[in-house]
Amino acid sequence: MSPLSFTLSLLGISVLAGFMGSLLGLGGGIVVVPVLTLLYGIDIRYAIGASIVSVIATSSGAAAAYVKERMTNLRVAMFLELGTTTGAITGAFLAGIIQGRWLQIIFGLVMGFSSLAMLRRERHGVPLPPSLLAGPLRLDGSYYDESLGRVVEYRVTRVRLGLLLMYCAGAISGLLGIGSGALKVPAMDLVMRLPIKVSSATSNFMIGVTAAASAGVYFARGDISPFIAAPVATGVVVGATAGSLVLGRTDSRVLRAAFVILLLLVSVQMVWKGLQ
Amino acid sequence: MTPTNAGPQPERTDARVRRVELVISAVLRTGVVASLAVIVFGTVLSFVHHPGYLHPTSDLQRLTGPRAACPHSLGEIGEGLRQWRGQAFVAAGLVLLIATPIMRVAISILAFLYQRDRIFVLVTTTVLALLLLSFVLGATG
Repeated sequence: MSPLSFTLSLLGISVLAGFMGSLLGLGGGIVVVPVLTLLYGIDIRYAIGASIVSVIATSSGAAAAYVKERMTNLRVAMFLELGTTTGAITGAFLAGIIQGRWLQIIFGLVMGFSSLAMLRRERHGVPLPPSLLAGPLRLDGSYYDESLGRVVEYRVTRVRLGLLLMYCAGAISGLLGIGSGALKVPAMDLVMRLPIKVSSATSNFMIGVTAAASAGVYFARGDISPFIAAPVATGVVVGATAGSLVLGRTDSRVLRAAFVILLLLVSVQMVWKGLQ
Repeated sequence: MTPTNAGPQPERTDARVRRVELVISAVLRTGVVASLAVIVFGTVLSFVHHPGYLHPTSDLQRLTGPRAACPHSLGEIGEGLRQWRGQAFVAAGLVLLIATPIMRVAISILAFLYQRDRIFVLVTTTVLALLLLSFVLGATG
């Protein structure tokens, strides 16, 4: 394969990965890493390095829109970023120590969980007492819900547990080079009881900063190869932008189900290859 | 208490916070677009400089394999930019991309200063410090 066909084919596949990720509500990273390792035979460390950069690009692009619409809870995001950035640095360091095959196995497991999590139904249990921290930190907020046509006010619960879960989500993000939105959204939605729309906007906002923390470690360590990262970052952003344009217009349930099955198959293959 | 010494007026503060939000949104969008432009420019430059890359070559192993000789410190990137090396431009674009969310955090500190919110100025400054620390830690570890 010539370097030119490598760049062009990787660009094409990254556009697809970004498109798929955006339709599923997952980042491009969870699709890009298996493609690089299974299809191109690239060392998983370099795959993770290229992926983490594309995660920053897609998250920042989406966050720009959400902040403008005031869907993001900036205070919750800033506070939880204490957890996600510390976790991300921890994860990026662990990635330097752990053997490649173990990274592959962990990746496969997280990937399987994340794709199943996308099928999850919205559900809220019994109301919980407000957190002791939410008051002094002024974390409670409100947003304008377009489908309801009114402003929705909400209270935040279990802040400390949320922060701990964010540390774990950050560590997974730093270890595997993915945004780990599939872990961040349930932590905010189910544990801290933020509305689902606010949860996903706020998660997206935090993903960029979380990824920047581990990308710093990867870059300084020399694990981000410009030759691999360039087509991946460009392609994933183009694909994700296209995906967000299509998202509102089509009924994507069948497409989502097909993607979830595909991702599950790939995750099994990642684990299998790691075990061999 | 007279309105003049009652601290920042809520309405004015809210308008200023809103302005910071819009600046954050603009910084994020500009950062992504600008860094991708530099990355694409660098990639094109690489192929212009190395016509051999259009044909199958052992260079691909060197470019994508372990121990790829890629620039990964600001000094190396600066040196490569002066020599108009394509991969140095790509690396500079990648650094710009990583710096984009970091700039966002730095600007958020302003929003909390406007609100006279000491706890959140501290929280945000800590996050900024962690982000800058990650580069130092990666270079040494």
